[in-house]
Amino acid sequence: MTFNYFCLLGAVYHNFAPLLKSRLAAVNKSWWKILSFLLLVYTIVAGFLWEVPRLDILNETIRNLYFHVCMWFGMMILYGISFAYSIRYLRGFNYKYDIYATHFASLGSLFGVLGYITGAIWVSVTWVTQSGQSLGTVLKEPKLIGAAIALLIYGAYFVLRGSFTDMDKKARVSAVYNIFAFVMLFPSIWIIPRLVGSLHPGSPGSDSGNPALDQNDLDAGMRMVFYPAVIGWTLLGIWLATLRIRLQLIRDKSITHEA
Amino acid sequence: MFQRVLTLLKKDLLLELRQQHTFYGVLLYVASTIFVLYLSLPDAPESQVWNSLFWVIQLFVCVNTVAKSFLAESRGRMLYFYSIASPVEFILGKLLFNVLLMMLMSLVGLALFFFFLDNPVTDAFRFMGIVLLGGTGLSLVFTLMSAIAAKAQQNAALIAILGFPVILPQLLLLMRLSRAAFGEIFREGALWQLAGLTAGLDILVVVMAIILFPYLWKD
Repeated sequence: MTFNYFCLLGAVYHNFAPLLKSRLAAVNKSWWKILSFLLLVYTIVAGFLWEVPRLDILNETIRNLYFHVCMWFGMMILYGISFAYSIRYLRGFNYKYDIYATHFASLGSLFGVLGYITGAIWVSVTWVTQSGQSLGTVLKEPKLIGAAIALLIYGAYFVLRGSFTDMDKKARVSAVYNIFAFVMLFPSIWIIPRLVGSLHPGSPGSDSGNPALDQNDLDAGMRMVFYPAVIGWTLLGIWLATLRIRLQLIRDKSITHEA
Repeated sequence: MFQRVLTLLKKDLLLELRQQHTFYGVLLYVASTIFVLYLSLPDAPESQVWNSLFWVIQLFVCVNTVAKSFLAESRGRMLYFYSIASPVEFILGKLLFNVLLMMLMSLVGLALFFFFLDNPVTDAFRFMGIVLLGGTGLSLVFTLMSAIAAKAQQNAALIAILGFPVILPQLLLLMRLSRAAFGEIFREGALWQLAGLTAGLDILVVVMAIILFPYLWKD
């Protein structure tokens, strides 16, 4: 009788151990998704409830920092990942990496658009004065020029991709364009903000070109929220991109020859 | 290798001399665009306006001049080059040829601007130097864009779509730089800094072309 129990236990163990292991492995593999979720909950709760310094004009709108600036960080990181995968594609011509590069680029563009929207909200309460300011003067901000260039470049990247029928050619040529454009994007982000005067933090009037990373620019309490927020949003972007990549890989299974 | 680059350059120059209709076509394009500007603008535009118009015209002239550099090559001929030269030699030859062509076009454009649209430039030689530098930068970027667009079967429109966002920082830099020739006083050393930056960007583009072109080359 006892023997039978052991048998049963053994059977149970045999049946469930792989499941348990796979569950554990899933947690192990997706810890960064959980981290992203927790960080974003923290960002939203702390971002809206914690004390922030109230400066003239800015007042409570400074809370937008946790959203607006993070979008740009996320965008650049996602474009960077896309750039890295384009290089990897050209090294081995593995079609999988082309899919990676595309989807990271498209998620980067989404972040860019969201950055614009959050920025527009911020602009409407801080820069636009009673006397009224035309959209034209606002759009000439150097940071906006840099962001517009980035979005245009990746818009062109997708147009280029659309103009091919041959898949290998598409992957190869668009990888070349992606690499070239990303390298050219960098000087534009470094150079233009130092050439044109601006209302945006980080222009020639202030000391550094990178407002959020400067020691003197950011209150210590806000930094406690800001850095986790950057990580959280970026991880969310990567997560979204990987979901789309997985979908695409399943669709193109016959081409890539691997799961 | 240097020899072969020169040979390829010579071949392009010879082709240009033999098929003069394309050359004159671009020349006519430059002339007619500036003539349209002359008719549509009030007399003697302000120097800022003059400057922006000049660079925008340069941009479009460049697109038209450089666009055909790869689109004109037939498939069979590309295959022939493939068998006799390395991609690096080929792209260097193309870049060099386009830089020369664009410099010529820039000078023609400048002369026509002076002729039709008055001359607000106070330091003509300095401005000429800036124009040559700018022409070089524009033609380098658009040569590479032309190589990319040529792979996508269709059309010259793609060159503009691909090239404009990439060229924008350089163009803004050039517009800023050329204000030096309109009598604006720059901070000590700032002029050379800007010029150096533009030249640095040009070198960056050449390096990128050398690295990336071999991937575009094979079919």
